[in-house]
Amino acid sequence: MKPVANLSPEPRVVGKRARRIEDPSLLRGQGRYVDDVPAEHALEVAFVRSPLAHALITRVDLTAARAHPGVAAVYTAADLAPILTHPRMPFGFPTDALPRNTTPWVLAIDEVAHVGEPIVMVVADTRAIAEDAAGLVEIDYESLPVVSDPRTALQPDSPRVRRELSSNVLQHYHVNYGDVNAAFASAPRVFTEHFWQHRGLASSIECRGLFARPDPATNVLTVWSSTQMSHELFRILSEALALDENTLRVIAPEVGGGFGGKFMAYCDEVATVAAAMLLGRPVKWVEDRREHFVGTIHERDQFWALEAAVDAEGHLLGVRGRMVHDHGAYTPQATNVAYNSASSVTGPYMVPHYDLEVFVVHTNMTPVAPVRGAGYPQAAFAMERMMDRIAQGLGLDRAEVRLRNLVPTAKMPYTKPLKNRAGAPVTLDSGDYAACQDIALKAIDRAGFAARQAAALAQGRYIGLGLAHCVKPTGRGPYETAVVRVQPSGRVSIYTGALAMGQGLKTTLAIVCAEQLGVDLDSIDVMAGDTSLNALGMGGFASRQTIMAGSAVHVASLEVREKALKVASHLLEAAAEDLELRDGRVQIAGVPGKGIKLAEIARKLRGSPGYSMPGGVSPGLEADSMYQADIQCYANACHACEVEVDIHTGETRILRYIAVQDSGRLVNPATAEGQVHGGIVHGIGNTLFEWMRFDEEGQPLTTTFADYLLTTATELPMIEVIFHESPSPLNPLGVKGIGEAATLPVAPALVSAIEDALGPFGVKVNDATLSPVSVLSLLRGAAQAAAQA
Amino acid sequence: MKQPITLQVNQNTYDIEAEPRRTLADALREDCGLTGTHLGCEHGVCGACTVIVDGDPMRACLMFAVQAEGRAIRTVEGLAAGATLHPLQQAFIDHHALQCGFCTAGFLMLATSLIERADPPDDQELLDALSSNLCRCTGYKNIVNAVRAASVALRQR
Amino acid sequence: MKLPPLDYALPRSLDEAIALLSESEGQAKLLAGGQSLMPTLAFRLATPALLIDLAAIPGLDRIEITAAGVRLGARVRWVDIEQSEPLRTAHPLLVAAMAHVAHYQIRNRGTVGGSLAHADPAAEWPGLCVTCDAIIEVIGPAGSRLIEAGAFFSGPLSTHLAEAEIITSITLPAWPRGRRWGFQEFSRRRGDFALAGIALHYDTDAAGRVLDPHIGVIGACHSPHRLRAAEQAISGQVLDDVLIEACAQAGSAEVDPPTDLHGSARYRRALVHAMLSRALQQA
Repeated sequence: MKPVANLSPEPRVVGKRARRIEDPSLLRGQGRYVDDVPAEHALEVAFVRSPLAHALITRVDLTAARAHPGVAAVYTAADLAPILTHPRMPFGFPTDALPRNTTPWVLAIDEVAHVGEPIVMVVADTRAIAEDAAGLVEIDYESLPVVSDPRTALQPDSPRVRRELSSNVLQHYHVNYGDVNAAFASAPRVFTEHFWQHRGLASSIECRGLFARPDPATNVLTVWSSTQMSHELFRILSEALALDENTLRVIAPEVGGGFGGKFMAYCDEVATVAAAMLLGRPVKWVEDRREHFVGTIHERDQFWALEAAVDAEGHLLGVRGRMVHDHGAYTPQATNVAYNSASSVTGPYMVPHYDLEVFVVHTNMTPVAPVRGAGYPQAAFAMERMMDRIAQGLGLDRAEVRLRNLVPTAKMPYTKPLKNRAGAPVTLDSGDYAACQDIALKAIDRAGFAARQAAALAQGRYIGLGLAHCVKPTGRGPYETAVVRVQPSGRVSIYTGALAMGQGLKTTLAIVCAEQLGVDLDSIDVMAGDTSLNALGMGGFASRQTIMAGSAVHVASLEVREKALKVASHLLEAAAEDLELRDGRVQIAGVPGKGIKLAEIARKLRGSPGYSMPGGVSPGLEADSMYQADIQCYANACHACEVEVDIHTGETRILRYIAVQDSGRLVNPATAEGQVHGGIVHGIGNTLFEWMRFDEEGQPLTTTFADYLLTTATELPMIEVIFHESPSPLNPLGVKGIGEAATLPVAPALVSAIEDALGPFGVKVNDATLSPVSVLSLLRGAAQAAAQA
Repeated sequence: MKQPITLQVNQNTYDIEAEPRRTLADALREDCGLTGTHLGCEHGVCGACTVIVDGDPMRACLMFAVQAEGRAIRTVEGLAAGATLHPLQQAFIDHHALQCGFCTAGFLMLATSLIERADPPDDQELLDALSSNLCRCTGYKNIVNAVRAASVALRQR
Repeated sequence: MKLPPLDYALPRSLDEAIALLSESEGQAKLLAGGQSLMPTLAFRLATPALLIDLAAIPGLDRIEITAAGVRLGARVRWVDIEQSEPLRTAHPLLVAAMAHVAHYQIRNRGTVGGSLAHADPAAEWPGLCVTCDAIIEVIGPAGSRLIEAGAFFSGPLSTHLAEAEIITSITLPAWPRGRRWGFQEFSRRRGDFALAGIALHYDTDAAGRVLDPHIGVIGACHSPHRLRAAEQAISGQVLDDVLIEACAQAGSAEVDPPTDLHGSARYRRALVHAMLSRALQQA
């Protein structure tokens, strides 16, 4: 790639709070989400899903369902087989590291391995009729042994999660560097802890859904999907269904939130497209909430045993341990969650020696794939809990122990002897972690806390203060695409393979473009996630889009700007250096009347038959760019909070919550702050409310919004967000990711605060999700221990 | 069996045919073409489908279309007056109170009914009422701020 | 999650509704606010052939306050109670409890009759009726009868309503001046069903002694019931911190809470202790 000019240090548009260009239509109810796309004469799908966690299918009778009025078709795996290239789903992240037989079936054939696995699809005039007929499908099962705990699944004598497996352990590896055992052998102090962590579901308020419409006029099958990755879905659909790339178009309409749940192609999506192809009719499937709880991925349990070796002053000498990761029944996408956890434990700290043994283990539960944070929150939790333990063990202040180990700015960029999955080094590129901690502690009035705590205690109230750090690699590569085109109408179009699902991507990209082209945000249209507009694209995940798509738009906008200047210079007979782009025009700086509209240049650059292009430039006032990066930039955050724990009910109330975030340069502080709010509240849910529970038979227990608890407005503190901006040197905008770095420190910060509040009882908290029930049980345990002692 | 039902939505009349089992939410979306009202859970917890019926906010997934006959229904599509947004819609823009926008119609209709009341809710009442709808994106803070601001703006008009 | 096929009827009188109910041979369900029934239908946990909507039957939506007490028509909604100015003095406990009932939109639809018929032990209203000695009036093919709230529930989600009987009104006995009351419940989030809750009231004599205490538990029970030992503990005594603690202990000892997804029996017992203690302090 040729070198790209960095954003000017004093930008005109970037960095100013901007209203979103997305909002007016969404607020008028004109947003078209997948279920809102006009779908006249479309058939609708309902799936019959497995009610058992592990069973053989011994008999399927579709007679009554097929005879039901209004039913167009009822399909099993055998019925779809003729148009599928393989009865299993293609790999999400194609890799040689995994066996082919790890992906889910498009429809189950003779064995089901988790509750919610689709077996039969019913296609009918309406969803209600499809559900009626689904109730008429008769299936006989023969139960097989169920494995619902990865620690059990790990045992050699454990029943197998699927009959085809010789072991439930999908992967077993170490992530390590240095000589950790030597470091421990000579360490003055060693701390050992066990952690259980649970993350739950993505729970976007819009469930998934897909609408496939064959068009006989063009022979193109158009697919609208509520997805985070339309180009990936395009690849998988064409692969699974042998679709010629020229006959398929995938569009992500408005997407009602992703959070990871839509970051893969699912079997029910492939089945729905297959039905449209078989029937030659438009077919729609919209996931309902009950399906979402069992059919959309989770990020569930990890069990950690972690040790930290330190010197007498609390300097980390080494970290080692073992982690068992519940991977669920299949591998629909990849095994990246566990690897992300394992490769990020040391976080913002200097750890000379490190070794984590990882087991990625199948269970008879819904498959696991990334949910906002993707394994990084668990690593942050484990490490931050260890830092608290070290502080307690050495009688040091929690903040001080961290300060002694945080990578100082003077050592940036700081490379760890670890690699990300692109093989690129793990390099903390920029940031001032100590400064962020200082800001957070001042904002929460750490200095006055001891007095507050003592005063509360005198009233029988238990308050605590928590502190936690994180770093989060953001801007996952390898690339993102953008086309910037000034239309002859004067409007600017941006086309990108990135995907808009709520973060304000369109506004962000418009700002980056407006910075270079000097146009109003309202004159920019952003089209994202349509495979017919960009041949290539990656989509929305891993806090990447401002970095990757933003940089792509920056590059393209610079090129358009240069072109406009060149043409204007030719037409206005002025030196390009004397020209500026402002108000949709190229004009001579300081002479507002003298200039030419970008629209006019765009018209001229459409060309006239036989005439040469003005200024000798290439046709079209547009540029196409592909921004590439393998090295990720590291966002960081330090959170501090104050909580009150009711020792009679176990309830935790968050009194104050301070988030100091470094996401590099902010393109739009308003939306950046919004991302942080959402990330924190997701973390609060993970810590205090969200727990996707199963019983021993692999039956999901929390399959309604009354049982699976999302945080609501009343449980929340008024969050205070402070941005500390250290521009990343790794991209031309100096930006870093935002949304996930806000989630990572929440569980360790809150748990640290809860433990602090319960200090008088000597309670130790090593688990999250932490319900009030668990708090009372911890209190009881501590009381018993005290009585025995 | 489908039966004729007449719905009054945003002061327009919709003559539709629907089965008795049709919920108001589905009728609005499928039969009236008003897809601004969204379905988030269909079991009465998330509040995304909230519409105003005879002045009160209700969950449109917990009401049959046939029960709404003869009643004045307001949905998100009727909130703006032509080109002019409702003060609450404007406040949602100004306070960045929406991200993906999927739950937004429900929050708008819930909050509209609150702030248009003769006795506007105090902060605690507001928070309690807003706790009835779920949002996964915003963390609620900006929604609460927007509703407070709109409540003031509405009274100053 | 679309509702199963069903027919819908909108009778104009109780007689018509009873006739429809009798003819349906158990295949019909009554529809009032529908706030519990409709999710049940959406999950297809119930598939009645016919829904009989009580919306058009005159008189069921009245709140009457007389010397005998507060009479609520079966179709009175939570919001009607919340917004009733006279009820604030006629039955302050009732009004205070309303803020805990579900969420705003639900309170605009949910009804007192529907809640009793649904008989969720974690719901506020059945517990309130039991605590306050409410009288439930029902009507059926054989005419009308009165049932004491304490004898109305037969278990979680079940009642002693006979087939084809319809709840028409609930009467709460008159609320004397100066009566003390408390209402406390614990739920995970605002508006959620109670994991445990306590409703209580008592009167006092000139010396400040507790007279006629009524203490009822919700959530931490299979059906709402009075806590007789807890009542006994404070009856005739002047409340102080020691007595409150003794009462809370008695109450938590006499409940028999279920263990489920949201909490163990042990946890709920601890909650009963905390809620009872707080409700007494509140009173």
